[in-house]
Amino acid sequence: MTQLALVIDLNVCVGCHACVTSCKEWNTSGWAGPMVDQNPYGASPNGTFFNRVQTFEVGTFPDTETVHFPKSCLHCEEPPCVPVCPTGASYKRADNGVVLVDYDKCIGCKYCSWACPYGARELDAEQKVMKKCTLCIDRITDAKLSERDRKPACVLACPTSARLFGDVHDPDSEVSVAIRERGGYQLMPEWGTKPANHYLPRQKTRIHIDPDELTRVDNPLRKEDLTSYTGEETLDDVAW
Amino acid sequence: MHPAFSVIFLTTLIGAGQGLYLAMVTGQLYAVARFLPRQEEQFYAIGSLVALVLLVAGLAASFFHLGRPERAWRAAAKWKTSWLSREVIVLPLVMALVFAYGIAHLLDWTQPLFRVGQSLDVDVTLLLGLLGTVASFALYVCTAMVYAGVKFLEEWHTPLTVTNFIFFGAASGFMLAAAYSAYVGNPLVTFYGTWAAILTLVALGSRLAHLLRNARIKHKSTVQTAIGVRHTALTQRAQGATGGSFNTREFFHGGDSRLLVLIRYGFLILVFPVPILLIGAAYVTESSTLPILAFVIQFVGLMLERWSFFAEARHPQNLYYQSVA
Ligand code: SF4
Ligand code: SF4
Repeated sequence: MTQLALVIDLNVCVGCHACVTSCKEWNTSGWAGPMVDQNPYGASPNGTFFNRVQTFEVGTFPDTETVHFPKSCLHCEEPPCVPVCPTGASYKRADNGVVLVDYDKCIGCKYCSWACPYGARELDAEQKVMKKCTLCIDRITDAKLSERDRKPACVLACPTSARLFGDVHDPDSEVSVAIRERGGYQLMPEWGTKPANHYLPRQKTRIHIDPDELTRVDNPLRKEDLTSYTGEETLDDVAW
Repeated sequence: MHPAFSVIFLTTLIGAGQGLYLAMVTGQLYAVARFLPRQEEQFYAIGSLVALVLLVAGLAASFFHLGRPERAWRAAAKWKTSWLSREVIVLPLVMALVFAYGIAHLLDWTQPLFRVGQSLDVDVTLLLGLLGTVASFALYVCTAMVYAGVKFLEEWHTPLTVTNFIFFGAASGFMLAAAYSAYVGNPLVTFYGTWAAILTLVALGSRLAHLLRNARIKHKSTVQTAIGVRHTALTQRAQGATGGSFNTREFFHGGDSRLLVLIRYGFLILVFPVPILLIGAAYVTESSTLPILAFVIQFVGLMLERWSFFAEARHPQNLYYQSVA
């Protein structure tokens, strides 16, 4: 079975929010829209977003590191949000594993949002139905688009390629290889929700330098020869 | 969690409604067993009507919780997996049975249908009463499981949530039955008052156990597992929204911790000692107003209790919203 998902590389995410704006733009004007924006230019703007980028600081100053953390529905393989829905509006697609909400059935009871430990669902303040990331279901299933464009809007927008998209059940897909070879992990594994989305950890590149790599042991050109000479023949005189 | 008024009213009103109905049936059962004198049919009929009014008021309040109330009928679809769906089905069922029970008494359908053993005459009211009792208990369980069934809300995910809902509902219902008897000048006020006091004490035990359990709760998730970074010092610098979001509104009670403590002490006083003392005083002074006061005070206390129940619960998604948490 196919399980589409995102793999997010925290090592290269620079926190530019390009995925956030491109997600909002695509989805507010498409099938899942409109996504409300209240008071957008005021002091306290409010609105529905499928994807948000948060920032965490690791360590204590001055030994700190900044982690930008994009956050959206993880399309869990055991989605706890689905069985609690009283109307059946929340469902997981059998063919590709994407978790979706049928906006025509949702009664806006918010119960599913209680049953998602990740806070991935948001009730739209105007349409009063539950909304969440659809993995751009209208793009990725649109056969009229070219292969390159048949990806979620956030993936196409990311300037650092921090977002990979593919089938995590196919062992040879780009996402599976990335998870396998680069330490991909799931959020809050303790709940058994089996999130399909994975995150790739921050990685530091370190090189090790030995002291004798800085001082040459054999020194044919005497460049660092500290001996003081008083007219005797040197190696240079003999050599050439 | 954010305590929504619609849900506070829904759970307290239907809890008391079911409790009052159970009190009526209990009264009838005692009369059948000849422990108590049988009351006029009207007594049971009006009692059931009041219970029905409470159930309808609770249902009405619940609509305010929905974003799309006009589609509420759809909520009956997924009863196989969703406790909310089960509650939505059982609530109207209870209402219908309470209504039928009241009507049967009002129309005097008390001719025995058959006889069990030597002397137990079974009539329509008794049958409806038994069915309604089963349905009422089922509704208590469904209502409670809507909360106790969400494993992420660890403060709620315990059988104590279910016992709380049952005993709080029953206590307030019997208290209301005592108030009702006092109002109409019926001698059953002592019987109902005694049961109300007993149920209130049992509810106190259940709620104290719940509070004790939650005071020592150790949450499964941490900010480390939430973002998957292994470090003891993790500080959130940005939450991904300037002016808050659904996540910062739905999952936080919005008050400060002093308010939480104040409301907790408030309900502990209003729900338990005050009504019991008032019922005791009513027994001594044979007052007809004190039981009514006892019910009203306990009901206000129960609304505070429900507020506190919501505010106590800390959802794991709050780990992503550190500056609100
Ligand atoms: S991340 Fe939340 S909303 Fe998405 S599938 Fe998992 S539990 Fe459901
Ligand atoms: S808010 Fe909508 S999708 Fe969520 S549980 Fe209620 S009806 Fe289902």
